[in-house]
Amino acid sequence: MRQFSRLSRFNVASLALGLAFLYLPILILVIYSFNASRLVTVWGGWSLRWYHEFFADSAMIEASWMSLRVATTSATIATLLGTLAAVALSRGERFRGRTLFSGMLYAPLVMPEVITGLSLLLLFVALNAERGFWTVTIAHTTLTMCFVAVVVQSRLGSLDRSLEEAAMDLGCAPVRAFLSVTLPLIAPAIVAGWMLAFTLSLDDLVIASFTTGPGSATLPIRIYSEVRLGVKPEINAISTLVIALIAVVIVIASLASKLSSSQGESAAPL
Amino acid sequence: MTDELPKTDAVAGDSQPTGGEPLLRIENVAKRFGTFRAVDGVSLDIKAGEFFALLGPSGCGKTTLLRMLAGFEAPDEGRILLGGKDIAQALPHERPINMMFQNYALFPHLSVRDNIAFGLKRAGMGRADIATRVAEMIALVKLEGLEKRKPDQLSGGQRQRVALARALARRPQLLLLDEPLAALDKKLRESTQGELMELQRRLGMTFIIVTHDQEEAMTMADRIGVMNAGKLVQVAGPRELYEAPRSRWIAEFVGDINLFDAESKLRDGHRLVVGTRDAGTLVVAEPRQPVGESRFSVAIRPEKIKLSRRGPVSEAGREAAINRLDGVIADICYLGGTTTYKVKLDSGGLVQASVANSARLDVDAYSLNQHVVAWFTPDDCVVLPS
Repeated sequence: MRQFSRLSRFNVASLALGLAFLYLPILILVIYSFNASRLVTVWGGWSLRWYHEFFADSAMIEASWMSLRVATTSATIATLLGTLAAVALSRGERFRGRTLFSGMLYAPLVMPEVITGLSLLLLFVALNAERGFWTVTIAHTTLTMCFVAVVVQSRLGSLDRSLEEAAMDLGCAPVRAFLSVTLPLIAPAIVAGWMLAFTLSLDDLVIASFTTGPGSATLPIRIYSEVRLGVKPEINAISTLVIALIAVVIVIASLASKLSSSQGESAAPL
Repeated sequence: MTDELPKTDAVAGDSQPTGGEPLLRIENVAKRFGTFRAVDGVSLDIKAGEFFALLGPSGCGKTTLLRMLAGFEAPDEGRILLGGKDIAQALPHERPINMMFQNYALFPHLSVRDNIAFGLKRAGMGRADIATRVAEMIALVKLEGLEKRKPDQLSGGQRQRVALARALARRPQLLLLDEPLAALDKKLRESTQGELMELQRRLGMTFIIVTHDQEEAMTMADRIGVMNAGKLVQVAGPRELYEAPRSRWIAEFVGDINLFDAESKLRDGHRLVVGTRDAGTLVVAEPRQPVGESRFSVAIRPEKIKLSRRGPVSEAGREAAINRLDGVIADICYLGGTTTYKVKLDSGGLVQASVANSARLDVDAYSLNQHVVAWFTPDDCVVLPS
C-alpha cells in the first residue's frame, strides 16, 4: 500500500514536471501578452494595450489574413490529394513500382525544409511564376500532403476490406461503396489530416520565406522580421491569439470526430 | 414468400430456372493467382432450394470459388450460369446473389436496423417497404429490441444473426455463406446449425456454405462438394460421402478410417479375397467399379469394427465375421458417448475401433493389453484405389 502511494506520488510529480516543461513557456508568453509595460521582461500590471496595437497594425493583420488563407487553402488541397493518394496506395491493385511510389510519397516527411523550400523556389523561378499567395499555397500543399496521406493510409490499413465487399455485395457500385462505407469510417482520419496540414502551414517559416514574394508575407515571416528588430510585447499578443485559434481548431476537430464515430448514421451519405 | 421478391438487379427478373434446369451451373471454372492454380477446372450444378456445402482443408480453393460466385474474383476460364445467364464477369452489385462474410463485415458506423436496410436502400425500395422488411428480418433472426444497437454493442452470436439478416434481406436467388459459424463456440454453433437449416427450408432459398468442418457440412447440407488442391474431388450426399468415398484422400479427410494396403487379390463370387500386410487376409464385397490390376486399399470405418473377448458367439455372427483379427488393446480413448480403442493386431498392424458406450457401468469396457477379437463383415469394407 505504501509502495503504491509512493509510486503514485512519483507519477504525479513526473506528470507535473512534464507539463510544466511543455507549457510554462507558453503560459509566461500568454501572461506577458497582458503586460502594460513597454519592456518585454518587466511586469507593469494588466492591460489589453498590445491587443489594441495588434488590431491597429495593418501590416500584421494583413499577414495574419494571408496566413489563414494559405493554411485553409493548402490544407484543403493537401487533404484531397493526400486522401486520394492513400486510397490509391492501400486499395488499388498492386502495380509495378508501388513500393517506390509509397516511399516517394513519404520523402517530404524527412526532407529538410530548407531543401524543400529551395527546390520549390528554383521550380517557381524556372516556371517564371509570380511569387505570392499561390506559390506559398502550392509549396505548403507539397509539404503537408504526405502528412495527410500517412494519417489516412494508416486508418485505411486498419479497415477491413470485406466491409467494402459487403457494400458491393449489397448493391453498391465500387465508387458508391467507397462513399457510403469507407468514407464515413475514415472521416476522423481525414479531419485529423486536415488539421495537421492546417497547423503545419500556419506554423511554417522556412518554406514560406523561400516561396513568397514581396508584399505577401505570412504571419511567421512578419513576426520573425519584427523580432529581428527587437521583441515588442505586441508579438506576445499575436502569439496568444494564434495559440487560442489552434486550441479552438483542435477542440472542434476532436468533438467532430467523436460525433462522427457515435452518430455514423447521419455521417453516411446514403 | 418468394413471389414478392423485388426485381432489383439486372440479372434477376425473369431468369428463374424452369423444370430440370439447375439454378446455378459452374462450368469448368479456373482461377490462377500468379502460377498457383487456386481453382482448377471445377464444374458443378446446383438446384434451386438446395443446401450445398463446399468442404475442404484450408487453401483448397473453396473460398476462391465462393468469391467468384459473389463476383469479388473473376474466373480466368469457364462460365458461371445463374438461371441460364453467364454472370462470370458481372460485378458483385449486378448479381442477385448475397454473401454472408466469415467475419460478418457489419458496418460499424451503422445500427443493426441500418445494416439490414443497407441493401434495401440500394435496391430502391420505398421507406415503408424497407421498414416492413427490416422488421420481418429482425423477427426472423430473433433480434427484437436490438435494432438501435451498433455492431460493437452485440455479442458474437448476435452479430452473426445481423449478418445473416442483412444477407437475406434482399431475398437473393442464392445465398453464399463463408464459414458462417467458425467464430461461434461449440454449443452456439450446434444450435445455430439447426436454425440455419430451418430457415433455409422455410424460405426455400438456395444456400451454398463454405466450411472446413466436416461435421458441420454433414449436419446441414443436402449435398457436399469436397475440394482438394483446387479440384472438386467428390460431390455426394453426406451418407454417400461417408460410406462410399471415392478416393483414399476423401476417406481420410471425412471422418476416421482404417486403411489396409492390398498386396494380392482373388475373386470369389461376389467377393474379393484380399491379402494385406497388416491385417492378413480380408474378405470384402466386390466394388461396383472393378479395381482391375491397379493398386488399392481396403478401408473400414472404426465404428463398423466390433470388438469382443472371444469373437462372435452365434452361428450367424460367425458367418458375418469372416474378417476376424486377433490383437491386444494398445490405447483407450474415452469420449463420453463412444470409446475409441486402438488394437495392436497379432499380424502387426494397428486397428482403430469405436464402440458406443451403451451401458453406464463399465462391464463391457476393455482394459489395456487385454486380448480381443476385432471383426467386421465384408459389406462394411470399402475398396479404394490408391
